[in-house]
Amino acid sequence: MGDIELTPSSPERPDDIKAVPVRRYGRWIAALIVLLFSASFVRFVIADSAMKWNIIGQYLFDPRITAAVVRVVYLAALSMVIGVALGVILAVMRLSPSPILKTVSWIYIFVFRGTPLLVQITFWYNIAALFPLPHRLIDIGIPFGPALVHPNANQLITIFVAAVLGLGFNEGAYMAEIVRAGIISVPEGQTEAAASLGMSRLQIMRRIVLPQAMRVILPPTGNEFISMLKNTSLAQVIAYAELYFVAEDIASVNFDVPQLLIVISIWYLALTSVAYVGQYFLERKAGQGYSRSQNATMRERWLAVGSGRR
Amino acid sequence: MSDVMVRAEGVHKRYGANEVLRGITLSVNRGQVMCLLGPSGSGKSTFLRCINHLEQINAGRLSVDGELVGYREGNGKLYELHERDVARKRREIGMVFQSFNLFPHMTALENVTLAQTQVLKRSREQADRRARELLDRVGLTDKCDQHPVALSGGQQQRVAIARALAMDPKLMLFDEPTSALDPELVGDVLDVMRDLAKSGMTMIVVTHEIGFAREVADTVVFMDGGVVVESGPPAEVLGAPKHERTRSFLAKVL
Repeated sequence: MGDIELTPSSPERPDDIKAVPVRRYGRWIAALIVLLFSASFVRFVIADSAMKWNIIGQYLFDPRITAAVVRVVYLAALSMVIGVALGVILAVMRLSPSPILKTVSWIYIFVFRGTPLLVQITFWYNIAALFPLPHRLIDIGIPFGPALVHPNANQLITIFVAAVLGLGFNEGAYMAEIVRAGIISVPEGQTEAAASLGMSRLQIMRRIVLPQAMRVILPPTGNEFISMLKNTSLAQVIAYAELYFVAEDIASVNFDVPQLLIVISIWYLALTSVAYVGQYFLERKAGQGYSRSQNATMRERWLAVGSGRR
Repeated sequence: MSDVMVRAEGVHKRYGANEVLRGITLSVNRGQVMCLLGPSGSGKSTFLRCINHLEQINAGRLSVDGELVGYREGNGKLYELHERDVARKRREIGMVFQSFNLFPHMTALENVTLAQTQVLKRSREQADRRARELLDRVGLTDKCDQHPVALSGGQQQRVAIARALAMDPKLMLFDEPTSALDPELVGDVLDVMRDLAKSGMTMIVVTHEIGFAREVADTVVFMDGGVVVESGPPAEVLGAPKHERTRSFLAKVL
């Protein structure tokens, strides 16, 4: 016992080790090759190609383009809201004890996830053809009961509505699976603890399960929203004036196709970047209470990345 | 008002072919503390969960404060209770879990206020006051604004006890409340439970803490294989067990 020394032998910190690092020649050669190819590509784009850079600058803030950007944001946001709402409903149905609700949800997901989005958008645009002539009226009311309103299908399903339905209903199927994964990731003990306090099923879902499921739901939902922003370009098949449609329209006059594609790509990148930032803040909020060191701000994280600490 | 808080008569519970409870008959009087002991798999936790209807019993009768658990009796028939009524009865029975099950997305204070405002419809101020009072009582005055992740196991379990007490229950169920705790944190939780027992709360405690059972329990029940092997005052069951099975269990635990 008496032999063991409990106090540190020297109060000062020893000097850090100074050693000659290993030379990693392979790594240097690989980096050199990658650099060479990149440089030759950049040289081609900047100096040798017939890329008309001034055209890009000229069209980047063209009023037709910026108006289309606004339409893209509007279409994506509205479709996403519908998708998320549908997703929550479908996920809860899928997890309900009722075999009927479960099956209906399963069939919905099967159909909307298993057919191309392009087909779905075109289908909604042409749905009016399914309603009888001469007026193509849609009966909306109680199933098998009296109809309350009879809108005209051609007037109700505009290009925009068809695009929203196509994107939103399709998104609902994907969101259903994401929300379901989130809900089942919440331990059963949470539900039991809430139930033992006398909370109702709805209260438990709203106050306990969904807030915790958010942590699992948010990252893939951010992905979905980024996909959604880009998928709005599919609405060009039904002649909705979103970015791609407008770019093609302009290019059909001046033939500067690559330049206009770069213009809209810059806009898509700008929109997805904004979505990334939004996702970051939402995730930080949902992550509250899960980590002791959760309060690092975005700035601190960037600094940490810069100094090699992660 | 009868003196009996919980009465079980021939309670059976099975999962498929696996019979977990094979006829449990016991009763707990108002203001009494009962400790359930037994090896794991003996059915003691399952029985506890049947009392607030987290598990449904398959046969027998189980009642709390004179009312059947999960059913209503009328003209010689049993009617299953609506979820709403099950929830209303659950709020009068506090439950504390082995794994605490605090809500991780809320602070300690919010954990204790949530059901007060949601279920009992207390005002935010009322709920807040009651929550602070209870957190103070379990010795966590300064932890109100911490999330569970920042608390030790013992502190989390004490928040969980406060959360259950906030509903002003007439019965408290403890499902191995100290089994997931570091040995040095067990004492704080047992102290809180001891105080609660002294204040006259009716308690059923599934535990492996023989010392606590000896000191606090009015009745000790030893279960094995889904049946009650032996029950009585702690001095009898723990001091002079009649059954060989009880003796061998106690020999291993003590």
